[in-house]
Amino acid sequence: MTSPRGSLRPRPPTLLDRRRRRVDELAEASGRSLTADAFQRLRRNPVAIVGAVIVGLFVLVSILAPWIAPHDAATAFPELQRTLRPDSIPGAQPGFPLGSDQNGRDFFSRMILASRQTLLVGVFATLIGLVFGVLIGALAGAFGGWVDTVLMRVTDVLLSIPSLLLAISIAALTAKPSQTTVIIAVALVSVPVFARLLRGAMLAQRESDHVLAATSLGVKRRAIVLRHMLPNAMGPVIVQATLTLATSILDAAALSFLGLGDGDPARAEWGLMLANAQAYLDVRPALAFWPAIAIILVALGFTLLGEALREALDPKGRR
Amino acid sequence: MSEETNGSAPALLEVEDLAVHFPITQGVFRGRTVGHVYAIDGVSLTVRRGETYGLVGESGCGKSTLGRAILKLTEPTHGRVRFDGEDIAGLKGEELRRRRRRFQMVFQDPMSSLDPRQSVESLLSEGLTAHGLSKGPEADRRRLRELVDAVGLPKGSLRRYPHEFSGGQRQRIGIARALCVEPDLIVADEPVSALDVSVQAQVLNLLSRLQRELGLTYLVIAHDLAVVRHVSDRVGVMYLGGIVEEAPSTDLYADPQHPYTRALLSAVPLPDPEAEDRRERILLAGDLPSPAAPPSGCRFHTRCPWKQAERCDTERPEPRRLEGAAPGHRVACHWAEQIRDGRIRPHHVDADMVDEAATLAVGAPEHASSVQEILGR
Amino acid sequence: MTALLEVEDLRVAFTRRGEPDTVAVDGVSFDVKPGEIVGLVGESGCGKSVTSLAVMRLLPERGNRVTGSIRMDGEDLLALSDSAMRERRGRDLSMIFQDPLSSLNPVIPVGLQVTEVLTRHRGMKKHAARREAAELLDRVGIPDPTRRLDSYPHQMSGGMRQRALIAIALACTPRLLIADEPTTALDVTIQAQILDLLEQLVAETGTALVMITHDLGVVAGLCDRVNVLYAGRIVERADRHELFRAPRHPYTHGLLGSIPRLDGPPGEELAAIRGSVNDNLPWAAPEGGACAFTPRCPRALDVCGEVTPLAERAGTRLLRCHNPVPVAEGAA
Repeated sequence: MTSPRGSLRPRPPTLLDRRRRRVDELAEASGRSLTADAFQRLRRNPVAIVGAVIVGLFVLVSILAPWIAPHDAATAFPELQRTLRPDSIPGAQPGFPLGSDQNGRDFFSRMILASRQTLLVGVFATLIGLVFGVLIGALAGAFGGWVDTVLMRVTDVLLSIPSLLLAISIAALTAKPSQTTVIIAVALVSVPVFARLLRGAMLAQRESDHVLAATSLGVKRRAIVLRHMLPNAMGPVIVQATLTLATSILDAAALSFLGLGDGDPARAEWGLMLANAQAYLDVRPALAFWPAIAIILVALGFTLLGEALREALDPKGRR
Repeated sequence: MSEETNGSAPALLEVEDLAVHFPITQGVFRGRTVGHVYAIDGVSLTVRRGETYGLVGESGCGKSTLGRAILKLTEPTHGRVRFDGEDIAGLKGEELRRRRRRFQMVFQDPMSSLDPRQSVESLLSEGLTAHGLSKGPEADRRRLRELVDAVGLPKGSLRRYPHEFSGGQRQRIGIARALCVEPDLIVADEPVSALDVSVQAQVLNLLSRLQRELGLTYLVIAHDLAVVRHVSDRVGVMYLGGIVEEAPSTDLYADPQHPYTRALLSAVPLPDPEAEDRRERILLAGDLPSPAAPPSGCRFHTRCPWKQAERCDTERPEPRRLEGAAPGHRVACHWAEQIRDGRIRPHHVDADMVDEAATLAVGAPEHASSVQEILGR
Repeated sequence: MTALLEVEDLRVAFTRRGEPDTVAVDGVSFDVKPGEIVGLVGESGCGKSVTSLAVMRLLPERGNRVTGSIRMDGEDLLALSDSAMRERRGRDLSMIFQDPLSSLNPVIPVGLQVTEVLTRHRGMKKHAARREAAELLDRVGIPDPTRRLDSYPHQMSGGMRQRALIAIALACTPRLLIADEPTTALDVTIQAQILDLLEQLVAETGTALVMITHDLGVVAGLCDRVNVLYAGRIVERADRHELFRAPRHPYTHGLLGSIPRLDGPPGEELAAIRGSVNDNLPWAAPEGGACAFTPRCPRALDVCGEVTPLAERAGTRLLRCHNPVPVAEGAA
């Protein structure tokens, strides 16, 4: 139909030429892993950005708290105490942007410093829960059989108790509630969740074709578990960890609120502040308002981040 | 695939009376066994060094289970698998793992059989490490580059991840992974069925080139008779857990002896309108019976248009060679001679409804899909 | 004979915020005459399924743009209101899908799914509908149909499910049936049964059938005319005998050469098409046109990467190629 064109004269690069060049470029470039892929998706997701901003601000504030806070958390100021009465708590005034709390301490400084406690409890509780949960889940998922049966029955028992009730009972068991007991109580609640989640994902991995492929290649069992099953099963666990940070903060606040938290009055903690503000709700609602907002905002931040992470890691969303 | 089969080549793989029965259990804990799925039931076959043996059959015939049982990826219920003279059916643990170097597998779905989190380099070098074939990072990398080149992957593939490749390229990665440990036998389970038609031919050509160059032995398992016949020296036709006919691939088309083979051959659509208009179809009635309750006698008798009143439903036929048939051509049918000579005419068969859920007459399991799940349908 | 269905310059583009449009179907035109079996053949991603969904107006409402015209009896289906289209679906045109299990409702007995169509579109009473449903099941070759009416989809085999689906599609004696890979999920012996059934039904009822498949073998035995799709465009169309005897487009030619033949000598090297659909060029781009198949084409010329080939008619054949396979070579 069409004869081949003579191409003696130089011709502009065609689509095909450009394509060839692009292919050559690609050949030089390094591949992109799934993790890198997920990260890029995360960066483009507005939900993730909102979550990250909230969480980032929170972390920043809690790290810099001693420098940001104008005053100490424990010191009661005479100029505040002077006007402090059971039916009136002084509001904002020079030097004290949020006014006084019920004991004549600087409410603003306490709010700032409390972020530290909250982050500490949230992060440690989640980390401890994660470590033990992953350990149990990985063992159950990798070995199966009776190891799996025993471990899973135990986690089932723990799971069947409502989480807050479990945390309360654990915290109540200790003679003297302290920050450590709060962390342990909250961590223990999340252990069975992580364990179950990882075990399920591990079992799914165990049945997967690529694990079968590794087995048939003659890869050692330990390498299969550590290189193939665990990394592929961790996705949902990481997402859950982010979400657990939020619930841990809420749980810790709830424990404090119920009087099972850290007894040290010198330490500020949002949950405890909220609990104490109860008595003065009609006198000065701001005392309850600010800690409540702070808890909700931080929990929201972690939840948004977790949801965005779930979306980014979800293989079904991948094209 | 390779030249004419060398009849005197030594056997590399001998399978004898192999059976895989999956228990069907009921109950919450451990459960009691209420029946068995007879996925493989008494299969014997021999694969000689350097040849390609093709296994063909429809879904549920047990061909994939057979492949996995041979590779000890599924525990056989009984029977022997001899690889290079050594019985591997009883091997366990570390001994089995080390032996795996010599028999490798290529999977159907190249996406799911490659770990999405590993780069191609790490996927390929894994085999080297596992079998102590590593000769230092530099030498390994050189070897892997050669391998990647040999299977026709683009330069720079080593640093990339499975999801960055097309389906055909992923299958090439799967083949490279199998090859990197220098195996003798490769079991390819539906190596091209997940690929587009235009890409299938590339992979089939690659497999045959590699066989020529490396002297590999293949066991190719597929549902597509045309593909199997094309790549294989000998073909075994499976039906419901057993091999009903085994023949050199040219003879299978020229002289099909088992009624099922005939039906299968006539059902494969030909990309040729003239041939399609000319040919006579043998339409089988009904569906494959459940492997949990296989028919008595000849497994095919419920759908066989040549079924006779005697023997078919009572006596299970043994594979045998008919008089005048090509060497290596065996058929498991009581009436093969009579059918071949036209002394028995095909007749109408009423479709037997196969109830997928209630295959077990008594105590059908709650989870109705278990039978299919086991068979990977 | 006037055409029953005329698809003209159909374009389907999938839109996603923040990303350029993906053109799945790129100006496809074909027609179907009453009682005719027309094949749409191509590999995954060629746009054959999207075409069929566009004809049925079953594409999701958001995220895509459909242009062109789909005329049935001279009426543009794309211009119909949703309710008018719903009325026509099932009555005038219906569809059979690839996966019969997911197209049937798993919690409703098969019989009820058939009678539902009968009572809705044909206004039948319950008992009459049940009788008719049993008759339909019998007609598509389901044994013991009266009892089967009460079976659930999971109690049937794949082949039987596909038969039940065909019965539902036929319930209102549509004049056009679209079958999207109806046998891909089935075994060959079952596939033979279903193809046989479809052929019979077309002969008996005079329904036109659009057969969508990737399998050239299925097309060869069944279709009157065949459209070969590549990257969203029809690259070749011909009568089936003509197409298989002398494929002119290098893609069709390559596809036929790459299939192992059951009746050919085994073991020969297959004439594979190089590359994959990932290598395709865009048919039309701001920088200029091209033939999408160029990077994979053994007959590609310079012009192929520069100018979009037009669809040219020669007799009954339609061809979109700058350098088609000569007839003699194609016949070999």
